[in-house]
Amino acid sequence: MSGVSDRLPNLDTLKPGDELPARTHRPDNVQLFFYNAALWNAHRIHYDLPYATDVEGYPGLVIAGPLMGDWLGQCVEAWLGDGGALVNLEYSNRGAAYIGETLTADGTVESVDAAKGEASLTLFIRNEAGDLITPGRALVRLHG
Amino acid sequence: MGVLTPELTANIGKAAPPRTEVVTRRDIRKYAIATNQRQRKYLNGDEAPPLYHVALFWDLVELGELTPDGVSVDALLPRFPLERAMAGGLNITYHDRIRPGDVLVGERTLTDIYEKEGRSGPLIFYEVVLEVRREDGSPVITERTTRILR
Repeated sequence: MSGVSDRLPNLDTLKPGDELPARTHRPDNVQLFFYNAALWNAHRIHYDLPYATDVEGYPGLVIAGPLMGDWLGQCVEAWLGDGGALVNLEYSNRGAAYIGETLTADGTVESVDAAKGEASLTLFIRNEAGDLITPGRALVRLHG
Repeated sequence: MGVLTPELTANIGKAAPPRTEVVTRRDIRKYAIATNQRQRKYLNGDEAPPLYHVALFWDLVELGELTPDGVSVDALLPRFPLERAMAGGLNITYHDRIRPGDVLVGERTLTDIYEKEGRSGPLIFYEVVLEVRREDGSPVITERTTRILR
């Protein structure tokens, strides 16, 4: 399996409100360690639990903000497959999320510009309580 | 009464020295694994995922340059009168894909500093633009980071 959806988005049938396939993420200490090591990010809130809780006052180890941005990129590309390309991606780390939480990356089609072959997407990462942790948007160009 | 002085806003337009990095398959693979990527082309390191440049151009500092909380001080930024970081956001425009062997030049510019009145006091906003280009100058990625301080 290639990790992309079988049914590629099609400009002729795509319409606002169409949903992207959702994916849940439940990162653990190992994944967060790997991620911050890949960046060379030594911020203690991501691996030093006593520091994160006692000094910074967080309820747990904080999931790195750009990791959630990456999940939004994956959400778009898993839907897009080979049917198009990402032109622009934006996101905002509005709330914090912690190790142990299950987060869902999801999105919907906001608008379709058939003449330009482009679609705008609204993206979001929510926690189990439904709080919007990382809202985002993407612009994609669709082939054919 | 604002918190931004002319001395602070005079930093708008300041640029950090360009950094040149070589993209390796191994680094792409590490990044793809760490982000729980599912697409084989990324896990194999044939191509870099869309957010890979965040890792490639993360500030590479020595141990002694880290603050006690493990953060590296961004030399591009002036000392702001507000220091507590709130939400941050990224806006990334893609011009070209990144593959192993690519030699990429990243140049960061402090493009804006402004303030707004928040519910509990003043907020400082600043924007940093990272332009990623090939050595011949052709654009690869334009990334605008916005951060809010309170």
